[in-house]
Amino acid sequence: MKYYAYFPGCSCSEGTGVAYGQSTQAVAGPLGMELIELEDWNCCGSVPYGSTNELEALSVAARDLALAEKTGLDLVTPCSSCYTTLNGANSKLKEYPDLKAKVDECLAAAELKYEGGVRVRHLFEVIYNDIGLDVIKSKAVKPLHGLKVAPYYGCQLVRTEPGFDNPWNPQSIDHLIVTLGAESVPFPLKDRCCGGELVIPEVDIALGLIRKLLESAASNGAQCIVTVCPLCQTNLDAYQGMVNSKFKTKYNLPILFFTQLLGLALGVEPKALALDKSIVSAEAVLAPYTKVAEPAV
Amino acid sequence: MGTKAHLMVKTGKKPNETTHYLDPVSELEAMPEVESIEPAAPTPFPDEISSTPGGETVRWCAQCGTCSSSCPNVAQMDYSPRRTIAMIRAGRRYDVLTSNTMWICASCYLCTVRCPRGVKITELMHALERVATSHGLTLGRTAAAMHRVFIDSIKKYGRVHELGMMMRFYLSTIPTGKINPLATIKMLPIALKLRSHGRMALKPTKIKGSEQLKTIVEKARALGGAR
Repeated sequence: MKYYAYFPGCSCSEGTGVAYGQSTQAVAGPLGMELIELEDWNCCGSVPYGSTNELEALSVAARDLALAEKTGLDLVTPCSSCYTTLNGANSKLKEYPDLKAKVDECLAAAELKYEGGVRVRHLFEVIYNDIGLDVIKSKAVKPLHGLKVAPYYGCQLVRTEPGFDNPWNPQSIDHLIVTLGAESVPFPLKDRCCGGELVIPEVDIALGLIRKLLESAASNGAQCIVTVCPLCQTNLDAYQGMVNSKFKTKYNLPILFFTQLLGLALGVEPKALALDKSIVSAEAVLAPYTKVAEPAV
Repeated sequence: MGTKAHLMVKTGKKPNETTHYLDPVSELEAMPEVESIEPAAPTPFPDEISSTPGGETVRWCAQCGTCSSSCPNVAQMDYSPRRTIAMIRAGRRYDVLTSNTMWICASCYLCTVRCPRGVKITELMHALERVATSHGLTLGRTAAAMHRVFIDSIKKYGRVHELGMMMRFYLSTIPTGKINPLATIKMLPIALKLRSHGRMALKPTKIKGSEQLKTIVEKARALGGAR
């Protein structure tokens, strides 16, 4: 068993990405991972805080890092935005000693201390590197043969921290899809932006970006798109109807979290994967893979 | 930066009258006097940006334009990322800080990973947002309004309550006229769909350490000011 401090983030804990949080916990056990939720974590601050006040944003993120440091475990989050923010805070505290000194003061005022020893990791990278494709393959008792999946990396996973995958042409999700027995379709826009948080203040800009992504996946024969980020999933899923009415298109692409696909292949009970939380229903596309496990009532 | 312009204003001549006839030597001699007249001249804009965390790399830019051609939102920007950098270096503070460029940056980092000079353009955009905020230049910027309600939620609960944050954002935009109320109503089905699929908590969750977080934020405000 491998142990990790788990940071679900606001979205995956009870918000728009709740299916991601639930399916993460559902696959952790079968993969031999114990995800221990970080006690009383706070919001990482994300882009809005970092774009408003640097010291406040860093101090807010540092509270989480300080709490995580007490566990002695790697801090793992399924959310690409939390990953970027917490990992970025870690880097900035190393890069700017004067900011670090002020952050230390802020934490000290709240009787906390952060030495800089936490490693912040994305859930996908942890499953890919620590568990590994060989183990996943050996545990994939229900391979997803015939399912055509577009691998969607989003922008944060491979771009904000060099080293894990190629930032221009990432391959890791493609490999995972193939390992699960499914087919990874060519997806030229696999690392392009969904608009992220801009979907709230600038919805028209985001809808244009979402449309391009849906078009790229659909025109390459994808039956569904798999993501590693709750913002990507929400934008592509919840706003798909709005894209269709704005651009007179007829996209009907279910957007799944990689943990949901992984869970199906591992033979996890489909109900535990929260598939019904997708707004664009994945029922028809996944029927061949969910039927056997769910006997007719 | 701006010293020559100040000089021209002080001599009471129009810029194009002075540029041709002013003796370079006397111009140089006049400079200390100008500085002594205006000792509180603001930090030159390029220095202001390059001394802001995230803005240091602005001087490395070779103006190749790879960032602009990579940007998914460049078509909607007042100035492209490349041009923004050129304008920062030309000292055009007001034009840069009142542009929409950094506010519609999606923070996707494609420019950053592609830049052959290692300019951290995404971080620069965030730095520009912070500098514009500290100068009070966010009027009508919907992203800034969204940032405010997002941060308010963190300060109040320690977490972001998505439903409350979105509702407060849309309500806050109505008086500005920046977003049409009808367009806001169009967002309602999205919220309802998310709610009916169990993806929108009605009530916020407050962390146990909300007072602790408040202490941290207040201390940061006391130490760091507005930026």
